[in-house]
Amino acid sequence: MTALLPRRGLAQILALIVILAVDRVVSPQFFDLRLQDGRLFGSLIDVLNRGTPVALLSLGMVLVIATRGIDLSVGAIMAISGAIAASLADSHSLAVVLAAALGAGLICGLWNGFLVAVLGMQPIVATLILMVAGRGIAQLITEGRIVTFSSPDLVWLGNGAILGVPVPVAIALGMLILTGAVVRGSALGLLIEATGGNARASELAGVGTRAMILAVYVWCGVCAALAGVIAAADIMGADANNAGLWLELDAILAVVIGGTSLFGGRFSLILAVLGALIIQTMNTGILLSGYPPEFNLLVKAVVVIAVLLLQSPKLSGVAGVVARLRRAKA
Amino acid sequence: MILKALFAASATAALLLALPANAAELTIGFSQIGSESGWRAAETSVSKQEATKRKVNLKIADAQQKQENQIKAIRSFIAQNVDAIFLAPVVSTGWDSVLKEAKEAKIPVVLLDRDIDPSGKELYLTAVTSDSVHEGEVAGDWLAKTVGAKACNIVELQGTVGASVAANRKKGFDAAIAKHANLKVVRSQTGDFTRAKGKEVMESFIKAEGGGKSICAVYAHNDDMMVGAIQAMKEAGLKPGKDILTVSIDAVPDIFKAMVAGEANATVELTPNMAGPALDAIAAFKDKGTVPPKWIQTDSKLYTPTDDPQKIYDSKKGLGY
Repeated sequence: MTALLPRRGLAQILALIVILAVDRVVSPQFFDLRLQDGRLFGSLIDVLNRGTPVALLSLGMVLVIATRGIDLSVGAIMAISGAIAASLADSHSLAVVLAAALGAGLICGLWNGFLVAVLGMQPIVATLILMVAGRGIAQLITEGRIVTFSSPDLVWLGNGAILGVPVPVAIALGMLILTGAVVRGSALGLLIEATGGNARASELAGVGTRAMILAVYVWCGVCAALAGVIAAADIMGADANNAGLWLELDAILAVVIGGTSLFGGRFSLILAVLGALIIQTMNTGILLSGYPPEFNLLVKAVVVIAVLLLQSPKLSGVAGVVARLRRAKA
Repeated sequence: MILKALFAASATAALLLALPANAAELTIGFSQIGSESGWRAAETSVSKQEATKRKVNLKIADAQQKQENQIKAIRSFIAQNVDAIFLAPVVSTGWDSVLKEAKEAKIPVVLLDRDIDPSGKELYLTAVTSDSVHEGEVAGDWLAKTVGAKACNIVELQGTVGASVAANRKKGFDAAIAKHANLKVVRSQTGDFTRAKGKEVMESFIKAEGGGKSICAVYAHNDDMMVGAIQAMKEAGLKPGKDILTVSIDAVPDIFKAMVAGEANATVELTPNMAGPALDAIAAFKDKGTVPPKWIQTDSKLYTPTDDPQKIYDSKKGLGY
């Protein structure tokens, strides 16, 4: 675990604890847990469950950002994979449905990776193409309707439980461990960081930077597709107009809250997921608080600024100076 | 001789009878916004049906959410010299010059579903729209009548913050329940008109209200959010439709499915049939010169499980919702 959890996680953990404490204040039953139909039930579970799509997105996004890239298309990929999954669910087995939906994510990722790594397009422009076109593709698949399904297998993926833990949460945890094992259990993580830190120098040093970039976009696409399947399974339908809408921004925010720089280089998977949980803890708290919805975005903005300030090296520098001055006085 | 006269008379009568039918064979251009929602798709298919029913040649131009496409479509309808133009405006401003062109070409314009800026009032014949404040009232009145004198805590799933439909549906509902001291909205949050957000918000409502025990009814500004909320209630071990009453707006097919399952109690229809009244108004205007009122309000019909939801579901599911 030490490989996954760097020393710099303190600010994020602190932020999460503070937000959890605030949630406890606005909603006294926040930490209550009980079993409901063999599934854990409570606000904490809601946080984990609702945070799953963004957590999955951030797993792919953090790797892309580590190579100094960005992927704006993840929300659209969610819509595509959800649409495919919902369209096939009632006529095919779960294995076929998953293969088709995740395969679509893989192809989307390959497309993004091809544009960035092979054609050398700027990532923000390259992925913007699929962000716009992808939602259109999803709408074509669903013909603009909300495609519903009743296949119990796919519904289980969204609403089932393994030992009381909601399936989406278990999947996200599994993906975190898998991604962590692959990138930190080998030199892959280091090579990704090298690519992001200085692509030219890494190339000269023998790192296959193109392959690295292609691989991270593909993984990002697969993660997004999985998030899309879960989102569709959750509401037992694919809503191409709204599935994953603006979630790419939440995923980028989660990565940034997790302390990974948009300029590439060092990254932390576990802190990115923690960032996603911070965002969702805040969202759930806002919903529980009973404030008028007009305040939602304002509260969110204030909290995000506070969390980012907490991590700012300049600010901790100032705090350090103040502390030293105090000590000098005393 | 008598026979001949009779024949001539009947021929004349047949001709006379046939005449209005001939005159009614109109060509109408319809500039549709796009197909951004299921309701919009249903409106398009119902418009086609209504036109076929009246033997009207309806030309539909899909603007893909862009005003410039709508303006282009209207100009091309004017060039084709159609008998009338239907317009579902994507925004409320910027229509003055193109509507003036239509007016100069003496082609009447009917607005469907949405109104435009007041400055252009004399530029169109009539607007066929639903009154979303009234929709909220119908929902509130139904709930007040159903609950009776019992105290009732309501949770509300609002539409997107800032959307006029959401504000109006809230206003109408609030006005309807204000007359009843036993009805109170205890929680109100936005579910962005989507299933996913409706479900998430309902989950939090249930937790905040002691596991849903103190909630007596849910009011959602659209059916999609209610479908999500119904799932949230079921997952919390509650029985939607029985433990907690539901009332929502739009009347999309899936809410009738929920009604069949006994999980939804009422929905107020936002009819996709805006073209029907518009076609009637145009026919009367062309035949007899009857000028319709500036605003034709569509019905906000209330549906409950007593209205044979299965039949309505079957009739609606093919419309593209």
